[in-house]
Amino acid sequence: MSQPYLDLRAKTKARDRRLRDKVMSLEAAAALVGDGDHVALGGCTASRTPFAMIWALVRAKRKGLTISRSIVSTEGDVLFASGVSAHIMTSWFSQGIVWGISKVMRHYTESKRARFEEWSHMSMGLRYRAGAMGLPFLPARSMMGSDVAARLGDEVRKMTCPYTGEQLVLLPALNPDVALIHVPRCDAYGNAQIDGLQFMDADIAMAANKVILTTERIISNDQIRRAPDHTKIPFFTVDAVVEVPYGSAPHECYGLYEPFFGHMDDYAEQTARDPEAGAKDYLERFYYAPESWADYLGLIGMDAVLDAARRGRSITND
Amino acid sequence: MTENDGYTASELLAVMSARLLEDGQCVFAGVGIPLLAATLAQRVHAPGLTILFEGGVVGPFVVPGELPPTTNEQRCTRRANMVMGITDVLLLLQRGYVDVGFMGGAQIDRYGNLNSSFIGDPDDPKVRLPGTGGGNDISSLTQMIVAMKHEKRRFVDKVDFITSPGFLAGGTSRGDSGLVTGGMYRVVTDLAVLGFDERTRAMKIAALHPGVTAEEVRDNTGFDLPIEAQAPTTEPPRAEELAALREFDPERLYIA
Repeated sequence: MSQPYLDLRAKTKARDRRLRDKVMSLEAAAALVGDGDHVALGGCTASRTPFAMIWALVRAKRKGLTISRSIVSTEGDVLFASGVSAHIMTSWFSQGIVWGISKVMRHYTESKRARFEEWSHMSMGLRYRAGAMGLPFLPARSMMGSDVAARLGDEVRKMTCPYTGEQLVLLPALNPDVALIHVPRCDAYGNAQIDGLQFMDADIAMAANKVILTTERIISNDQIRRAPDHTKIPFFTVDAVVEVPYGSAPHECYGLYEPFFGHMDDYAEQTARDPEAGAKDYLERFYYAPESWADYLGLIGMDAVLDAARRGRSITND
Repeated sequence: MTENDGYTASELLAVMSARLLEDGQCVFAGVGIPLLAATLAQRVHAPGLTILFEGGVVGPFVVPGELPPTTNEQRCTRRANMVMGITDVLLLLQRGYVDVGFMGGAQIDRYGNLNSSFIGDPDDPKVRLPGTGGGNDISSLTQMIVAMKHEKRRFVDKVDFITSPGFLAGGTSRGDSGLVTGGMYRVVTDLAVLGFDERTRAMKIAALHPGVTAEEVRDNTGFDLPIEAQAPTTEPPRAEELAALREFDPERLYIA
């Protein structure tokens, strides 16, 4: 997944990095993702998952994507069940501990129809960071002695530190073809400001060869310049900006909405009964049937949207 | 343990593991019982306990009744001192700022190795489990407390897969593999508190919970489990501890 350094530099040099308007529709942004691409997802577990972009990719019938993320929740089920991806690289994969093990993940991986390639959480982070730093790997002191490293074979190597003689593990860089990142606000050029939990998003944006931002709202460049210290992703790493309110639903977006717990409970129950048919039925109802993202939110329900928003905003009540 | 004792097995686990945390320590806590126990310790005896969450949270206080469903949601950040990236918060373990890593476990063996990846042959598993998350990093880089239910199928001679390293094959094997710090400190179950032999690094009974015999612990363990000479009996959960727990988790997400 790491790329020859000069290729990486050439790809970066070839990108249009001017301060320019990059606002487009979900459908147009989905067309920037190619079949077979390595696509990294921002956020973590049920937070700031780029669900609107995933929704658009499923509808566009994208195929053969390799997905990477720090921790994968229900979006992994959707990507497997829709056929968009049969290979997910991550440190943890299930809806969330309170919902138990994902039956959809189990169904597809245990039948070997899809692969869950497991790395430790810090390793995933250091792999993106190595990519962001323009280095082929980073050393670390984790993963040694475990079967997690052993199972990855040659992908994880060890070295003796030339200074101290200590054993270190080496984590190969990830430079995703595309990064999908959902943010609370950005300008039309792609300067993104992220409140609260940052996850691995800045590293992923720096590491990737293409970045698609979805955002709760587009703000002016003047507003960005009033608080440039809040900008976590610089415009020249970004290739597309899509304004999608509630673009992480049914997951959360910090300070704006919490996870849609009722919807996620229903999803867990439906997929536990029959992982394959349950997931297919879910895709039919929420991914293929709606005409628009607004229509999708309408199916989840206005009461659910308002409840998630009330809980989300409560973070600033104290 | 049953409701007849006035507390559930999960409550017992949370209380007993909370007591192992000391004021002033910095603890890296996973979701579930660890989160609850760390929060309980803050409330009862360790107000200066600093909690770190994997989502990138430094020193929060979880709000009663609003337990986070994972360590990566906004509920984890209440009254935190700082939020940072995931990679950076995990690197604090490597730098040495964390005194205790605290998590649950699906399967553990005599040397404290934890499996949360595969039940059965990893190439053809009976169950694909959710994986390491930060578990491998935490257990590779700091001293560990693990809280889990004591069942024979969970306490096995050899785990199917080492997701999070304990003392590997015992003796000096952990250090030899390159893991020069950390290791298992205590495993807290609903029956006992378990420690590890200084030399062989094999698990042993360090304390028994009220009304539990060493025989009962052994009957629920899939390998030979010695008992320390004069292993004490733990003090039963106090009303104050149980009340705090139930205030934090009124819907019994974690303490059912």
